[in-house]
Amino acid sequence: MDINLETIGTTLVAKLSGEIDHHTAPHIRDAIDREMNIRNIVNLVLDFDNVTFMDSSGIGVIAGRYKEIQARGGKVMIIRVKPQVDKILEISGLKTILDCSH
Amino acid sequence: MENYMKLEVPAKSCNESFVRAAVAAFSVQLDLSIEEMCDIKTAVSEAVTNSIVHGYANMKGIVKITCKVIDSVLEIEIADYGVGIEDVSQAMQPLFTSGPEGERSGMGFTVMQTFMDELLVKSKPGEGTVVTMKKRIGG
Repeated sequence: MDINLETIGTTLVAKLSGEIDHHTAPHIRDAIDREMNIRNIVNLVLDFDNVTFMDSSGIGVIAGRYKEIQARGGKVMIIRVKPQVDKILEISGLKTILDCSH
Repeated sequence: MENYMKLEVPAKSCNESFVRAAVAAFSVQLDLSIEEMCDIKTAVSEAVTNSIVHGYANMKGIVKITCKVIDSVLEIEIADYGVGIEDVSQAMQPLFTSGPEGERSGMGFTVMQTFMDELLVKSKPGEGTVVTMKKRIGG
């Protein structure tokens, strides 16, 4: 799992690549949280173009960041979602509260 | 066609990706679609993660995986000898989690149920948990 972070104004763009599971989730969570706190991040964009797998551990990570971003009055966007990840996002109900695109 | 494989790994989170990849490699003989393979990988990942996070609560232990192919059905059994589940039907409720760690979504069993055709959970407190899942390929 690799994570690439870029800040544009108050928006953090996190490009994720590889597999998101219970083993890799803490790494993603810590990297995003650190950046969110160092810079004054309000919005979060999660780029899923290179995510090859995600299980419900990823749902926990997204939901956790959503709560924090919501508390800051911002928005979370998930972009370039692949079909295999889309299915689990759908089940989780996250798609009803997040801005999600393919 | 009838075939099987058995796998045993220590309850370490780094083995989650190995187990789902191994099960996916075994399931290739069924000539399954990309979506079916992804469903299987996800369900396996949930069951193995449950064993590690809940069954053993991140302590030492062994997770045993058995896969069987009977005609066009893939049967996967994932067993641990951990703490077990007091109330299985409660544990299977969406969003229920007893997780010792933060940010567990409580969606594990829901994902297994949605992505596979059959799910059976047998557990005894103090003895462990056996999750059996079936998926009919091309069905």
